[in-house]
This record gives sequence, structure tokens and C-alpha cells, in this order.
Amino acid sequence: MTNIDAYTHVRGETVYLDDIPETAGTLYACVYGSPVAHGRIRQLDLSEALQLPGVVRIFTSKDIPGKNQIGGIVPDEPLLAENEVHYNGMPVALVVATSVETAQAAVKRIKIDIEPLPVITDPRVAQKNGSLLVPPRTFSLGDTTAAFTNCKYIVEGIAETNGQEHLYIETQGAYAIPGEHESIKLYSSTQGPTAVQRHAADVLGIPMHRIEVDVTRLGGGFGGKEDQATSWAIFCALAAMLLRKPVKYSLHRMEDMRMTGKRNPYSSDFKIGLDIDFTILAYEATFYQNGGAAADLSPAVLERTLFHCTNSYFVPNVKATAYSCRTNLPPNTAFRGFGGPQGMFVIEAAIAKAAEQIGVPASVIQQRNLIQTGDEFSYGQKAESEAVECWNKATSLYEMEKLKAEVENFNAANTLFKKGLSLMPICFGISFTKTLMNQARALVHVYTDGSIGISTGAVEMGQGVNTKMLQVAANIFSVDPAMIKVYSTNTYRIANTSPTAASAAADLNGKAVEIACEKIADRLKDVAAEILKCDRKNITINGQKVFLGKDATQLTWKELVMAAYVKRVSLSEHAHYATPGLHFDATIEKGHPFAYHVYGTAITTVTVDCLRGTYEIDAVRIVHDFGKSMNTIIDKGQIEGGLVQGIGWMTMEEIVYDAEGRLRSNALSTYKVPDIYSVPKLLDIHFLETSNDNLAIFRSKAVGEPPLMYGIGTFFALRNAVKAFNPASGIGYSAPMTPEKVLMGLYTSGND
Amino acid sequence: MVHFILNNEEVSTALPSGMTLLDFIRYRKHLTGTKIGCREGDCGACTILVGEIKKDQLIYTSATSCLMALGNAQGKHIVTIEGINIEGLNAVQQAFSDEAATQCGFCTPGFVVSLTGFCISGNTGYENAIHSVNGNICRCTGYKSIERAAHTISNLVAQRNDADRLQFAVDHKMIPAYFLAIRERIERITVVKSKPTVTQKRLGGGTDLYVQQHEAMEHSSIEFLFDRKNLNGIKRKGSVCEMGAAVTVADIAASAIFQSHFTSLQKYIALVSSTQIRNMATIAGNFINASPIGDLTIFFLALNAKLELTDGKSHREMALRDLYKGYKLLDKTEQEMIEKISFELPGKNDLFNFEKVSKRTNLDIASVNSAIHLVMDGDEIVSAGIAAGGVGPVPLYLSKSSSYIQGKRISASLIDELVSIAQSEISPISDARGTEKYKRLLLSQLIKAHFISLFPSLPLENIIITA
Repeated sequence: MTNIDAYTHVRGETVYLDDIPETAGTLYACVYGSPVAHGRIRQLDLSEALQLPGVVRIFTSKDIPGKNQIGGIVPDEPLLAENEVHYNGMPVALVVATSVETAQAAVKRIKIDIEPLPVITDPRVAQKNGSLLVPPRTFSLGDTTAAFTNCKYIVEGIAETNGQEHLYIETQGAYAIPGEHESIKLYSSTQGPTAVQRHAADVLGIPMHRIEVDVTRLGGGFGGKEDQATSWAIFCALAAMLLRKPVKYSLHRMEDMRMTGKRNPYSSDFKIGLDIDFTILAYEATFYQNGGAAADLSPAVLERTLFHCTNSYFVPNVKATAYSCRTNLPPNTAFRGFGGPQGMFVIEAAIAKAAEQIGVPASVIQQRNLIQTGDEFSYGQKAESEAVECWNKATSLYEMEKLKAEVENFNAANTLFKKGLSLMPICFGISFTKTLMNQARALVHVYTDGSIGISTGAVEMGQGVNTKMLQVAANIFSVDPAMIKVYSTNTYRIANTSPTAASAAADLNGKAVEIACEKIADRLKDVAAEILKCDRKNITINGQKVFLGKDATQLTWKELVMAAYVKRVSLSEHAHYATPGLHFDATIEKGHPFAYHVYGTAITTVTVDCLRGTYEIDAVRIVHDFGKSMNTIIDKGQIEGGLVQGIGWMTMEEIVYDAEGRLRSNALSTYKVPDIYSVPKLLDIHFLETSNDNLAIFRSKAVGEPPLMYGIGTFFALRNAVKAFNPASGIGYSAPMTPEKVLMGLYTSGND
Repeated sequence: MVHFILNNEEVSTALPSGMTLLDFIRYRKHLTGTKIGCREGDCGACTILVGEIKKDQLIYTSATSCLMALGNAQGKHIVTIEGINIEGLNAVQQAFSDEAATQCGFCTPGFVVSLTGFCISGNTGYENAIHSVNGNICRCTGYKSIERAAHTISNLVAQRNDADRLQFAVDHKMIPAYFLAIRERIERITVVKSKPTVTQKRLGGGTDLYVQQHEAMEHSSIEFLFDRKNLNGIKRKGSVCEMGAAVTVADIAASAIFQSHFTSLQKYIALVSSTQIRNMATIAGNFINASPIGDLTIFFLALNAKLELTDGKSHREMALRDLYKGYKLLDKTEQEMIEKISFELPGKNDLFNFEKVSKRTNLDIASVNSAIHLVMDGDEIVSAGIAAGGVGPVPLYLSKSSSYIQGKRISASLIDELVSIAQSEISPISDARGTEKYKRLLLSQLIKAHFISLFPSLPLENIIITA
């Protein structure tokens, strides 16, 4: 089943935030962000800005009726700066005007006098200064110190991954309309409607029940609208409440890039120890996460880095420590993979470096150490593994040995071009690592004409979650999908939602829809049994008809629904689902945090132009563990899109901040994401149906985040190609592998 | 007043002609299918089609409406996604839906418009279908499903044979039937040639001005140059090629004169921005912008192009290489504008090559670019022109390097010497496009790439090891 939104998408009829018809009298907001990355505000001069005709009002922190606080995990982030600014672009004042142009022009007239304070952009420097967002955490298993004494090979090094701009094509935005009784209707392009509602209530000083957050869909999110959508929505709500006028703010791309956080960059130390047979005996890692100026989601991102620090491998002795470092950059945040990719990159670098020093292909070490069912992760959960199955299927199906020989032959025959190959196994845990968030609710109405409406806490942002919700209901009621409408995500209909994140929205909300639909279906079957005067057990509903045993009866879906209504039987249900069996004790860092894991293996081949340092990705061949996909066309799209986003992170997407904390890659002209020519020429995806039971909706495993990590393979394939040209290359383990790094790697030698 | 046809509606507007077409479409006509992604022509979410009569044919090209002035729509047919909707889905829309080539959907109207543009462009083939969307960025799909949709569409277009482009497209549900009457309707549009009394800005295609000075443009009185007859056209006069200042990159790519004198022309052009931008960006705009990395500037510097400038009264000629005095500093008065560009077409014994490396190969600004023009006598270089961008405050003509190799024979050691002389002529700085060290190395490599590309039979591969 294709995406239910495809029809309006392709016709340009889909309504995104900036397309909502505006109420007469709507005002427009624009934020004045700090021009420097760190300092004390001596004076803020709004006079010139206020003189501009059309400027209605300019708000500062003093105007906030409630708390000036939007920090989610740690209350360390003011909505508007008070005395100090902590990053370039930090909101200082909010201009509201009668047109977007006027609001923007007024922002340019605001003057500020700031006493500069030292700017830190490097997480290692921050850690040395004791500037942490939260206390460090350590995951450990076994005894690494003892294990290293038994290792034949010990390799140490540094690995780095840069940040990543989400670049949802729809920028952040919100639209607030004041209502009766101090209420606000808030349209927000957010993945977390409840977060918007909760923080808006805090800032406005009103209870949550007066704030209706409504989300129809997002023009892309990728984690960038999980916590980072909140402030823009609150700005609108604040102005709307205080001015009693509708207020809208749809960010300009350069505002969005400058003022919002990105994927957390990491700098990490690793030490890996192997036995003579290449078994990894011990692994130590220290992660320095660049959190930016406020905690945002960084502590949770950091936690997932630790969960995934051994990727798809079993390592009996692990010690991983992670520091969430406070720097003078915009608060970094969730991005597809949520710290997992950053952790996995480091162990892949460690394996690659060990392989190089030992003189074996990395794949030998990778394969030797794949995690098996029953093996323990460093956090205590026992694996139910498909790692070996995915690896073996990939290497046999795609004839790995032949691919390897092709690369070697090509490299022997060519000077100007070299090819590289890599394998990238992945393992990703599904569930929010904060156990309490693994709950969801669904509200299902069956109307008297037989049509059905569904509300859940899931936000549609292109991943097809609404289509999957619809499939669940269509399947359980056995009705034509055209009979079902999935409604916007709305905090008046579904309360206390978890954000649409962690790849978990389809599972959590889908299970809630399943429960709600089943309860209604049960009641309908009772009614049918009464009408047909038969045993309730023999009744099924199939294709909008009621069946008695194998035979269709005269009773249709519509008639049954109407009959139930006449008999005063409820045609609505609000259902709750909480993932069973999850627990995690952060005091000992052990537990069972994940409902299940998703596995897969990618084989990547690339060609490097050794004259120019440019490159092409020849092929990525993937075997992915889907459980049993409930929608192959949507799931395939998630794999393709996730992979390419991961490739972008590993290759051309380079965030550049200067020493003053100013974003240099601040527009699409300076920050490049993959275009249609830069994707792999061949992309093959094999759907591995795995038979182990899992907690996914209809056993269809979560698919949002895991494929991004296949992109890591591109980094190592490129590195291998560089090494094929210049075996003495000093090329290190620092992503992204830009054409600059490739060219410098081809022509410089030395230690990495 | 600006008069044009927007989808199926005649429009006359007194709004400022300098406002962007995007703002007009979205916020004045409330056609919200055209999306805003970046407002700098780098994402394609606001792509529209522009229909105009050229050489007695109604031609449609794509453009990013965020960089197009309302005034540049004068007398044309502007088509948004709403303007290609028919009852049910059109062929491109159906292919996108079938292949799940839309996820969040925000970029989708741009892709659909671009690909519909391909359907009525006269081009055929899968590669051209892909070229039509090379200025469209999608963050969700990874493009593979879009490639599959483009396959379907190019197969459909391949059935056109000799049929009329528009009639075929209407018959095959690619566009609505009203397109068939557009030509007549365009011809009926009043031609208003009102030159502002006080000109504050001159405007070509807008692809640079609207990125840099978006707000100023809306409130300026503008002299529109893009469609001026005397500033358009590519002509050959003997061995000289003459071009109007408003000739676009797309005009150059389509020019038979260029195609016959530059065998790898399409390869070079593919490295210059995107299809949408190439349809809008003018050659004089590229020169006057004075960006140190202007692709066409580098191209024509190596060819020793000549400019004809006018201030409305008098004319003067100068070499392109004399235009640049310092960073964004030109040897040109406020009143002067480029009217004509000319250069000696490469002859039988001439060799030409253009190289460019950027973070992303396509639709990106160069880290370093370079062009070379050699006149050969056997393996002896009679004369040489080498230009390089991204390695100094202005687009550089490497005069020392160029003259050093004149009269010499090609050899590995000559290239080595050339590379070190080139290094003495440049002064790159570190920025978002690369470090100084990288840009220096890259220029050396691109100079080597020129010779390896131009002399494939010479044993030059070893020169890359000597870096």
C-alpha cells in the first residue's frame, strides 16, 4: 500500500504549516538572536526597531508570565536570554509585526552591547574545564584491565564524527491562535506535540489543558523537530496570548540553520584488544559529546551512544565512558540514530585500525565477533540476534568474494582511479531508552455510516506512520482503506504523548490502534451474534461483510455499525499500550531497555578519482532484518532514504563553525546534502524475513533509524580506496570524508 | 504593470516588479503548492515552469521562483504545480505515487513540476529526465524511487516520436488541455516597455542578486535586461563568437556553435549549478558578480574573452581579464554595463579543458575550478591561457603560468614546473569550501588533470605520484 498522502503530495495540495489559511489580523514573529557566542548583556536597545511602522511589540524575557525555561531533560535553557548569551543565535528578543518583512527589518535594527566571554567550541576543551551538561556515565561489562593483559593485539586511536544539519526541507515554524478562556490553538511543525504543550504551559503560566497543539504533518523532521520545534511554537503562543492576536512564525532557512542544534559531533578515544584468532577480548572508549550550550536531548543521545558502542559485536569486556560537554554552540539534539551512529562509528574505526595493523581485512575481525543470540550487551540485555544471518546472507547473496576480487583487479590495473570496499553490520535497539516513554494511546471512532477516524500520538513526517496506522485498522476491521481517515495529531484528542522518535511510533501507536480496534470489533461481533442469533465465536468480519463460519451473511459492515448504534453500543474506543518487559536501572546501568533489536549488513563499493580527490559510490548492497514487513514499499523507502542520509553525514555534509562559534556553513550553498547524482549507482535491498517473535506491530520491525548507519560503510570504503592508492596515507578516522580529506589523504603520508 | 499568464489565468499586477515570483505566487495568489525551502535556488522546492515564444515556438523551461523577479514573468506563461493538475493524477504524479517517490512531500511539487517540464521540453531519454530534476533536493527518499519514477516517465516520453510536444503531453495526461491555447494567449499579452526613469538596479536572471539582496530588490526600480533582444543571441562572425550579455548558461549549452567547438561542452556545463539555475543565470551576471569562483568567468578567462561595455551613450572594449581590480572591485563605472561578449573560437589546433571540484560534484560552488586553452603545433604549445578560481580574491588569469609554457613541448617535467609557477600566482584562503592547503594542492591536481585529459596518449599518469 503506497503512502496515503501521496495523492495530495504530488498535486501540491498537502497543507504544511506555512500553507494553513491565515486568520485575518495575523501578526508575524521574528527572533533576534545573539550576534556572539558567549557574553554578558550590558544593554539591549530596541528603540530604533520599535520606531519602524508595522512593529507591534518586541518581547524580551521580562515579558514572560510564567517560567523562562524550556529545557526538557535538564532545566538549563531559557526561552529568551536574560543576562547572558551562550551561543551565537540564542534568542534575545521577539519582534512581532504586521508583516514578515517588517519583522525581519526590525530585527536588523535591534542593537546590543555584550561583554564578551571566552568561547568554547571543542568538547574536549569543555570537558577539561569541567563544563559538562550532566555527570558522565560509564557502561561496563567484565574487566577490561585484566582482559587487555591477555590480548595479542592492542590498538588505540581517536575517531571523530562531525555534526549533521537536519535540513528538513520545511523549516521550523508555528502558528498560534488565541481562543476563549485563556486558551491557545497552536499549530506546530513538531515531532513532540506534548513537549510543545508542556513547555508552552510553563512559559505562559497556564495549565496544559488550555493548549491545543495540532500537527497535521511535517515536511521532514529527522529528530530536528523533536525538542527544537518547541521554542518557535512558544514564541507564537506567548505573543498570541499577550497580544490576543494570531501570530505566525515560519523560519527563514538561514535563521533555522543558525539558531537550531544539529546532530551531536563527537570526538572519541578508543582502545581495542584482540586475541590471536581476532576475537575482540576488550574494548574501551571515551566519548566526548559536543552538546552545545544547553542539555536539550544530549544526555539521552549520549546514553544511546553507550548502548550502541559495540555495534553488532559481542565484546566480553567493555568499558565505555561518555561526557556530555557544554560548548558555545546551539544546543545539539536528536538526529536519526540518536547517538547510536556516533558510537558505532568509533568501534568500526577501532576494528579498521586493528585490521590495518594486523594486516587482515576488517571484515575478518567483524565477522569473527558478530553477536549471537544469548550474548550479553554491555548493558545486560541478552541478544536475540540476526547479525550472523544478515552477514551470511549478504556475503553469499551478493558474492562478496567476487566483489572483493573485482576491486583488487581494478586497483591493480588502474592508477588514476581506485576502488574501495567495506562491510557494515548494524544492530539497533528499538524502544525509547527512557522506559516510561514507551507508552501510547489511540482514539478510534466508528461513525454511523461505517466510516472510521483514528487519532494517535504519532506524527506523520514522511515516514508513512499514518499509512501504517490505517493499515492496522483496515486489517482488524477488514474494511476498505478508503473507509478510514487518520486525523491530525492533537493534544486535545490524545494526551501525554511521547514524541514521534526512536523509530518507535509505528510500534507504540500501532499497538494502541490495534487494541482500540479489537475492542470495537469485539463489541460489534457481540451485536452481530445477537442479530444473527448464533454463537459469537463463529462470527468474523471480512471485506465489509459479516461472516458466519465460512459463509457471508446478509449483514454488512454498515448495517452492523448502525445496529450497534441503535442498541446503544459504543462505537468509540480510547486504548492504551505500554511495551511489556522493559526495565533499566541507571544506577547500575543494567537492564532490558529494548523491545528488540534490528540487524542488517551493507556491502559498499566506491571509486575514488585519485587525481581530483572526488569519488562516486558504485553500489550499496544491503540485507536488512525486517521481521515481517507490513508495508514493503514504505519500508524500502526508509532504507533508501536512511542510507543516503547516512552517506551524506559520512561524506559531503560538513558543518563548519569558526573559533568564535559562528556557523560558516549557514545556507544550502555552503552545506551540501546528497543530490540525485551523488547517491549510490546501484542500491540493492534484500528483505530478510526473520522468524523470531518480536514486539513490533504485526511483527514488522521498526525501520526509521537503523538504515542510516549503513552509511558508515561508505566512510570505510572510501578510506580503503585512499589506502589502495597511498598505503602510507596519514588519513585518519575523522568523518565526514569530504573530497578535501580524500585528496589530502591521497597525497600526504604519516601517522593517523 | 506586469502582464503574464499564471496557470490558466491572465494576470495583470501593479505590485513591485522586483518582488520574487515565489512571494507573488504563494502570498498574493495563495497558490501554496509552490514551496519555500531555501530562497537561494539551492533546493528546487519552488520550481515553476516558464513558457515563452522563442524562434516561433512555445518553449517551456524550469526556474526557481525564489530567484525570479515578478518583472521577468512579463509576457510569459508561468506554471505552478496547480497549473499542471488534471482530473486525477497526471502521468508524472502517477509515477511518483506508484513508486513511493514522495515521503514527507514537501519537495515533491518541485520535482513533479521539473519532471513535467521534461515531458514538454522536447528532450527525451532517462538521462535528460534526471537532468530535469538535478536542481531539486529531497531529504527523505534517497532519490532511488524518484529515479524509478523518472524511468517510467522517460519511457512514456520516448513514445512521442514526431508528434507535437504539447499535443502529445495533453493526450498522455501529462498536462491539462488548456496548454494548447497558451500560445495564442501569450501573443495577445500587451507588450509594455516601460523603462524606469531612475534605475536603481539592473537585473538579468536574478540568480545572484536575489540571493544577496533579496529585500533591496523588492523596493528598487529595476531595469530588466533578461529578455532584451539586443542582449541575447549567440552568433559566429568569422572565427569570432559574439554573445549578448543576457545569454544564459542553458543558451550556451544548447548552442550549435559552442557544441561544435567544445567537444566536452556538456560535461563542463553539467558542473555548473543546476538545470533551473542554468535557465536563468546570465553570462554577464556571472562576470559582474565577480565571484572568485564563477565557473563561466574562469571558462571565458582562459579563452581571453573580450567585453563590450556601454553607459548608454558611448561604448568601450576591454579584455575580461582586465575587469577585475580586487575583491568584488571592477574596472567599470556605475553607469556602464556589459552589452556583448566575444572570443576567438577554438580552431583545429586548439585544445580546451575545464575542471571543477566542489564538496558535492553537482549543484555546488567550486572549491577550486580551472580552465585551460592551448594552441598547439604538434606537441609544441604555441600559446596558452590558464585561469583558476577559488585561489585568490578575484577569478584569476594565471598570466605567468600561461606565458611560461608557450613555445615549450609537453612533458612531465614541464607540467611540474607549471604547477610550481601557478602556486606562486595564487593566494587562497581557508573557508567553508576548503583550507588554504587543500586549495593549493587541488589547483596543482587540476592543472595536471588538464594535461592528462587533453593528452590521453602521452604517458602522463605518473605525474600524479610526484605530488
